[in-house]
Amino acid sequence: MRKIAIYGKGGIGKSTTTQNTVAGLVEAGKNVKVVGCDPKADSTRLLLGGLAQKTVLDTLREEGEDVDLDDIVKIGFGGVRCVESGGPEPGVGCAGRGIITSINLLEQLGAWDDKFKIDYTFYDVLGDVVCGGFAMPIRDGKAEEIYIVVSGEMMAMYAANNICKGIQKYAQAGTVRLGGLICNSRKVDNEREMIEQLAKQLGTQMIHFVPRDNMVQHAEINRKTVIDFAPQHQQADEYRALAKAIDENDMFVIPKPLPIDKLEKLLIDFGIAN
Amino acid sequence: MPKKKDYINGLPDPSGLKEEILKKYPPKVAKKRAKSMIINDPAVDQEIQANVRTIPGIITQRGCTYAGCKGVVLGPTRDIINLVHGPIGCSFYAWLTRRNQTRPAESDENFMTYAFSTDMQDENIVFGGEAKLKEAIREAYEIFKPKAIGIFSTCPVGLIGDDVHAVARDMKAELGINIFGFSCEGYRGVSQSAGHHIANNGVFKNVVGLNDRPRAGKFQVNLLGEYNIGGDAFEIERLFEEAGITLLSTFSGNSTIKSMEYAHTADLNMVMCHRSINYIAEMMEEKYGIPWIKVNFIGAEASAKSLRKVAEYFDDAELTAKVEEIVAREMAKVKAVADTVKPKVEGKLAMMFVGGSRAHHYQELFTELGIRVVSAGYEFAHRDDYEGRKVIPNIKIDADTRNIEELEVTKDEAHFRPDLVEKKAKLEASGYEFKDYAGMMPDMAKNSLVIDDVNHWETEKLIEFYKPDIFCAGIKEKYVVQKLGVPLKQLHSYDYGGPYAAFGGAVNFYREMERMLATNIWKKVDAPWKHEPEIVGSITIEA
Repeated sequence: MRKIAIYGKGGIGKSTTTQNTVAGLVEAGKNVKVVGCDPKADSTRLLLGGLAQKTVLDTLREEGEDVDLDDIVKIGFGGVRCVESGGPEPGVGCAGRGIITSINLLEQLGAWDDKFKIDYTFYDVLGDVVCGGFAMPIRDGKAEEIYIVVSGEMMAMYAANNICKGIQKYAQAGTVRLGGLICNSRKVDNEREMIEQLAKQLGTQMIHFVPRDNMVQHAEINRKTVIDFAPQHQQADEYRALAKAIDENDMFVIPKPLPIDKLEKLLIDFGIAN
Repeated sequence: MPKKKDYINGLPDPSGLKEEILKKYPPKVAKKRAKSMIINDPAVDQEIQANVRTIPGIITQRGCTYAGCKGVVLGPTRDIINLVHGPIGCSFYAWLTRRNQTRPAESDENFMTYAFSTDMQDENIVFGGEAKLKEAIREAYEIFKPKAIGIFSTCPVGLIGDDVHAVARDMKAELGINIFGFSCEGYRGVSQSAGHHIANNGVFKNVVGLNDRPRAGKFQVNLLGEYNIGGDAFEIERLFEEAGITLLSTFSGNSTIKSMEYAHTADLNMVMCHRSINYIAEMMEEKYGIPWIKVNFIGAEASAKSLRKVAEYFDDAELTAKVEEIVAREMAKVKAVADTVKPKVEGKLAMMFVGGSRAHHYQELFTELGIRVVSAGYEFAHRDDYEGRKVIPNIKIDADTRNIEELEVTKDEAHFRPDLVEKKAKLEASGYEFKDYAGMMPDMAKNSLVIDDVNHWETEKLIEFYKPDIFCAGIKEKYVVQKLGVPLKQLHSYDYGGPYAAFGGAVNFYREMERMLATNIWKKVDAPWKHEPEIVGSITIEA
């Protein structure tokens, strides 16, 4: 089983990219599990056709210790096993601790039992690596491959670089590696070249360039992935290509985060500053 | 290694010892620790580093901010429910471990024997614990109907951002009793000292001044910083009662929250433990005009001096005569015991590392028995407790101190006592000292080694060097020290003994020292592994 975590700046399109990619893998016959690690619990919406999921933490709260795997795993598009960790309302409690609790519970319940024959687990993680809890998927070998969703926008690149620091920290002690950057285009000038260059400097690759297309939005409004909603559309092929690239990927590295001045120089060199 | 007889002409110079201790540390640590180890010279002003962060990895004696707030300052008050918001361990380990005694009248409530906790679980950490806190308050109120509830925040409460103050406000409105919270998370300061300050602020803000009770006596006083360990307060209270001094409230040994509400009607505040309570004394003077003096009821001589100082303040012939009568009578009793004990223990060596004033106060008792204090230090004191209040303007306010709220106190025109301000001015003119804490170091012998926040490595080296006859500290040090063949007297909890305050307490302490020191038993402590190998094993190879 390959264990993959998707990180990236808030709002960059992690959940959308993850679900669309998962749809691509499922279409190619893979058995996939998605664990949403965001208190908003919207990481599996497109796969399940809406926010139909009861979160692990809510279930734990209501049922007490006596939680059944079936209570928290919902089967979505093409047989994807979907789990939402859930968490507190904004401004209260500790969402990071929630993720730790939730992943531990899933393991205890045997969510990764051999009988499920899972080929891929995807962890879709909230925003930046803000605290230890959100780093949970990359600790203790929970996830072994990280893909960072990024765009040519400056703050997205800053965030990607920061996440690399987190990966570097845990990679040295464990098995986690960076698999590449996924560029989710914002139609920034020279975006493809710039992200390719960023990837190179981080010691990794840009695994795919996902162009911006309104079809993603249309599919999302209909609570579906593009592959589900418009399988013939060219954007569906982009996600299929990304899924294939991930499936065939064999470049796993410990990233070398850039010092801030180097990162800024990269932005200047590629014309953002003009 | 100096032998005992060298001590007759004063204490040996411990420079070599200090050097040896520091040699073991990495350079940065050595540099920092050196500033906290002072070879005392009472004739000159020396600066000691205190109230700074403990170096990680060092086995410190210190406790946490929560312990200082909940355990020390409010723990001994019996008619308030002290509700700990946090996981159960924090509650359990702060539950009466200091042996604070209390003596409620038969109809009075005493909640001290209970441990109240919200018992936070994983779920409360993840989703926030405010709802559970409210439930706990309601439950406690329903069962006990207390007059007041204090909420104490443990570390996770600060991390997840539960607003205990908002909960307190809501619940106060709902239940109609006094409810207030303390943001005393364990990590708030470098030691329990931060917790004392936070407790002082909370009590001053939420309790003092709520009840303008009419006068109940001619001489009304508060005793601040006395915690009734092993019944100390009872000894002191008895003296006041006999002398005709009305003790309104003690902060907080044998106290009630009710009495703290009218503490502002006192004529004088007496400060015993300067470190833990000077804040509230200062604030009460600012707001109500009540002056404060430093007292010490540990040691017979010190008790006599403190009583006389109070009598002098009130300047009343009858009171003065009564105090003199008490002192004469009690001192005779004390002397009789001292005369029998002193010959057996005189010349012995003591060291003490405890508290923020105990390491100083207890030197009185040792001196009375002719026992030399070779080394001493505090766990959580600040520079003024070592060097005297004169250094307060020069104490560097670091980021850790800024972390603690500094209350803006203004004059309460309705309750302010210009008569006391006038009295203070008059007495000061005649040489009477207020706010008179000169610190520990001027009272210690030349070449005694003063160490702030001592750790286990240093403790071992000190014992090796001085070979003391008694070591005073707390439970965390007790058995390590005793295994080195030195008896340890706990000055936090008094082990199972006490009271040691005032005259009766002095007698108890003398007897205790006789029991612990006039014996050779400790010389016979010998670790078995010194003679036999620790592990005996054999290997069998299976063919």
